Amino acid sequence: MLELVDITKIYNDTTILNNLSLTIEDQKTLAIVGPSGAGKTTLLRIIAGLTAADGGTFLWNGQATTPAKLRKEGVIGVVFQGFELFPNLTVLRNITLAPTLQGQAVAQAEAKAQALLAQLDLSDQAQAYPDALSGGQKQRVAIARALALNPQILLYDEPTSALDPNLRQSVANLINSVKAQGMTQVVVTHDMAFAQSVADTTFTVAKFGGDAQ
Amino acid sequence: MAYMISILPALLAGTKMTLGVFALTLIGSIPLGMVLSVGLIHRDQPGEFWLKKWAFKVLKAIIEAYVWLFRGTPLLLQLIFVFYGLPLIGVVFDRFNAAIFAFVLNYAAYFAEIYRGGFGAVATGQFEAATVLNLTRWQTLRYVVIPQVLKIVLPSMGNEVINLVKDSSLVYVIGLGDLLRAGNIATARDVTLLPLVLVGVIYLLMTLVLTFLQRRIEKSFAYFK
Repeated sequence: MLELVDITKIYNDTTILNNLSLTIEDQKTLAIVGPSGAGKTTLLRIIAGLTAADGGTFLWNGQATTPAKLRKEGVIGVVFQGFELFPNLTVLRNITLAPTLQGQAVAQAEAKAQALLAQLDLSDQAQAYPDALSGGQKQRVAIARALALNPQILLYDEPTSALDPNLRQSVANLINSVKAQGMTQVVVTHDMAFAQSVADTTFTVAKFGGDAQ
Repeated sequence: MAYMISILPALLAGTKMTLGVFALTLIGSIPLGMVLSVGLIHRDQPGEFWLKKWAFKVLKAIIEAYVWLFRGTPLLLQLIFVFYGLPLIGVVFDRFNAAIFAFVLNYAAYFAEIYRGGFGAVATGQFEAATVLNLTRWQTLRYVVIPQVLKIVLPSMGNEVINLVKDSSLVYVIGLGDLLRAGNIATARDVTLLPLVLVGVIYLLMTLVLTFLQRRIEKSFAYFK
């Protein structure tokens, strides 16, 4: 369980997040919703350790921690809005790069990557380069790349916005299937209907802070 | 024809010098430019120790001053300073090493700026994706960023490399006998432009080979977009 307590973020004298508190419960999917510019993505970036908060504390299973520490311990995985696959590497290498650089044997990393690709219906694309994939396929590779590091929390930034609207349901199914394997997930989205189709809990970031619903 | 054959050995000896300056300059300046550009693109990481931040700031300022100096003055002047100026403070090079030293420093400054532009063209998201995957700074550069930068900078690099073939003729100023100088000597001695025509043809052949190589290398990077 990851708890955020009194998180504050100020950008150029404008308070984006004001004493925001939030609990991310194990094996649940939390949707973070709210209007554009409310700070949803900022909040996700803070949890991912990509943006520093200006105030507040983080508790991981009751122990004080920092997002940077959580990242270094491999707790957090991120699926970016634009997926950010590495264009110079094959699908397989995108997935195995980080595990092998972190000391995993190549054969072991590749076996795991192939299993993830099979699970995500991408086995035939292992040797393809990201440029050859559709948006939906890129997203699944991005999810496989994050899952290959065995994170305990997976964050998604606007998972539907870079995709064709009729893929919405399949993204929801995908997120629900990852949850079924026991993953804790946080989904930032502006799409309320989509949020409802994946979330156990919804957290609304209003301008200046937020409330759980 | 017999005349052309008679001056060919002299021109080929000059070509050898030209190619030597060319090859050694590339071997020195391409990696040096890469190292310098990594300094130029450095940005503070949140939570870094102040001394480290300060050290990188100073380093970046030094590299910027260096690039300004070497792009801001003629290469000819730099050659003269290295060969005739540095001995005044006790640094003595022979002619050839002086030429290589000046050329490497000059071309590394240009390459650093080209690479800097290439790094700027790689999306911030790529660095962030590498960060959340816990890649170190070096791993991010080595496996993700530099391959993309190389693809982006290849056309500009090709321009500089072809310029270098012709710039190498400047070594005449410190008394080295390159291709153009060999042609000049023959022209002055025999009162004919023919040696210089031949010199032009040899330069064109060299740039033809380089253009071909450049296309090949660009093609080898075509497997990703």
